[in-house]
Amino acid sequence: MSIFSQISEKPWLESVDNIINMRPSNAFHVPTPIVGLRILLAAMTVLFVLTAISYADHMRLPNWRPLPDPFLLWLNTLILITSSVALQWARSAARHGDLGAVKKVFFAGGVLAIAFLLGQFLVSQQLVDMGYYASSNSANAFFYLITGLHALHLTGGMVAWGRTITKLLRGFSASQIALSVELCAIYWHFLLFVWLGLFTLMVST
Amino acid sequence: MAHVGDTQAGNIPLAEVPDVELYHPKSWITKYVFSQDAKVIAIQYSCTAIAIGLVGLVLSWLMRLQLGFPDTFSFIEASDYYQYVTMHGMIMVIYLLTALFLGGFGNYLIPLMVGARDMVFPYVNMLSYWVYLIAVIVLTASFFVPGGPTGAGWTLYPPQAILSGTPGQEWGIILMLVSLILFIIGFTMGGLNYVVTVLQARARGMTLMRLPLTIWGIFVATILALLAFPALFVACVMMLLDRVLGTSFFMPDIVEIGEQLAYTGGSPILFQHLFWFFGHPEVYIVALPAFGIVSDLISVHARKSIFGYRMMVWAIIAIGGLSFIVWAHHMYVSGMNPYFGFFFATTTLIIAVPTALKLYNWVLTLWKGNIHFTIPMLFCIAFIVTFLNGGITGLFLGNVAVDVPLSDTMFVVAHFHMVMGVAPIFVVFGAIYHWFPLMSGRMLNEGMGKFHFWVTFVGAYLIYFPMHYLGFVGVPRRYYEVGETSFIPDSAADLNAFITVMVLIVGFAQVVFIFNIIRSLIKGKLAERNPWNATTLEWQTAEFPPGHGNFGDLPVVYRWAYEFSLPGVKDDFIPQNLAPNLINMADDDDSVDEQVAE
Repeated sequence: MSIFSQISEKPWLESVDNIINMRPSNAFHVPTPIVGLRILLAAMTVLFVLTAISYADHMRLPNWRPLPDPFLLWLNTLILITSSVALQWARSAARHGDLGAVKKVFFAGGVLAIAFLLGQFLVSQQLVDMGYYASSNSANAFFYLITGLHALHLTGGMVAWGRTITKLLRGFSASQIALSVELCAIYWHFLLFVWLGLFTLMVST
Repeated sequence: MAHVGDTQAGNIPLAEVPDVELYHPKSWITKYVFSQDAKVIAIQYSCTAIAIGLVGLVLSWLMRLQLGFPDTFSFIEASDYYQYVTMHGMIMVIYLLTALFLGGFGNYLIPLMVGARDMVFPYVNMLSYWVYLIAVIVLTASFFVPGGPTGAGWTLYPPQAILSGTPGQEWGIILMLVSLILFIIGFTMGGLNYVVTVLQARARGMTLMRLPLTIWGIFVATILALLAFPALFVACVMMLLDRVLGTSFFMPDIVEIGEQLAYTGGSPILFQHLFWFFGHPEVYIVALPAFGIVSDLISVHARKSIFGYRMMVWAIIAIGGLSFIVWAHHMYVSGMNPYFGFFFATTTLIIAVPTALKLYNWVLTLWKGNIHFTIPMLFCIAFIVTFLNGGITGLFLGNVAVDVPLSDTMFVVAHFHMVMGVAPIFVVFGAIYHWFPLMSGRMLNEGMGKFHFWVTFVGAYLIYFPMHYLGFVGVPRRYYEVGETSFIPDSAADLNAFITVMVLIVGFAQVVFIFNIIRSLIKGKLAERNPWNATTLEWQTAEFPPGHGNFGDLPVVYRWAYEFSLPGVKDDFIPQNLAPNLINMADDDDSVDEQVAE
């Protein structure tokens, strides 16, 4: 049942009762935490889209001076892609019940994400050393704002990653942690796409 | 009458879905303080919201004292007045109404009305309240820091919000922004719960179109909030960086007291867009739960099914969608392209269509109903009238040509207080009188309730109708005092004094209301199990007032929430979870099912 046909029923008619009553009552046939995550991602999409629009709005102002793209930023992007790939690998391994692979790849994915966060920190250090202060131009300010917001969200994801790691260490089975791994993977992919979008925006201008 | 769990007699097999694993509190602290039970969280949210709302109420008295009797109260300086205006607006809109409707009523009613044991993510739900509480504490702290709270106006427009000369420029504005950021984080945690619980945790048989309209209102309002608050979040973060780190997101090249500041190249208008992209949906975040609750209260207290249920649901969704494309009607005077204004005027007026549809449906529900003039019903009727009044002045202000001369006058103040202050608060009162027996097991005192209603209702009109006239003659809003102004007649001062007296009288009625709540909690009349003969599930719990886990066996839902006064049925209502073969018919008849089908 699509959500549209669900909201066009006529609840006052007795005739539809028996059909309605046999149906499971959840609107989406996926685990509840995934529905929750999707809604969270929708809210986060608004956040990042509005930030990007604000960025674009500032670009047309007269004293916008774009800052250079440090090489490290490309490397970080590559690391984040690898991290996302690792989590996807862990996700399918968990689905196939391969606990050994899940442990290795899931752990590696998180370590790569930490490497990305450290890399982002180094980039901002480099830029500050080169004199690109947040207060000197809004292009700089936006760079720190965007990377900062993105890094904060990834740090939040690291909490979920850490909790899943604890479950793995405590010896949960593959089917018990499959959902946690899947949630992490979805979140990672989302943040990867957000980063690719924002990175393209920043590099192309 | 059937009791909860009477499913063996129904025509539906018991739910095969496994029951949820519920967190069981182990100590007093986890039961009443760090509770994961949505009902306790709801009470915590409501008490906090009402407490900070009382602060907002007192601030409005102080403002009115200054406006009604200028030069009389020496302790109110101009800067104090601006701080009162700012804090009153912010507290009432965000920390009271949003928190009370969604955090309070949402938390209490969603699990009960959809037939769930609790919210789907109880731990996150608990965190939501505690982050909200910290936000409120940070906000309150700004009253005690050097320089006091911010006086930038509740819209916090830059550049003035963070320049010297605006009260609270040192600390107040920082605390305000931090508090808002915290509020949004906390709300998002709660909001996820409200939406996902409605989508995924409904009882068996409770389809989306059998949900009571209360739940529809809260559900759609929460979606709006989840999508609109990020705009305010970004705006607050950027302004905080402008203030603390000296970035120039919103700050243009600007001279302050003859001195060129370091800010360069920011865009103040960008803040207005971000703020109102949040700010307009915020109106409906407050209004939609009110719409939903009022639909249910009218139906129950007029003993009649709601008129046009599907239209009501679709109107709620349509209003929610439209509310995202009207925001710039708050910015007609910001120097926008006329075509831009034309677009936003058009979308604004289109909102009148689903809104008017809802008004007609409420009136048609009352039409030939068996209207009980209980206090919830009185507040509902007051809401319908007030929302209509406030909505019609909204049509004036939605047109650019009318808005430009009326912008920043008392007419605007009167408009938005009628439509999103008084009207939703009437629903809050109606809902409290309606659901207080459920929450406490005791009835509120009827005499005090009648007093509260009539003084508040008549008083609100005596306050806000004159204010429209003040706006017409050009009395500006946000002025500490008007003084000698050629175009403002002396009678405006008399009217202002009259409004102030009315404000104090209405304020007293609210004190009576609070007293009524406290007194009834202790020695109010004990409530029957279902004092209003409502059909919805929250009155069908295992214990009364509902205990931990809400229901015995999870209820099975056989019908929508509006089966009132059916011909041939003995009671004038059929609860949602009453199995068809348990319905008491007026006379012994073997063709039960056929009669119900009528």
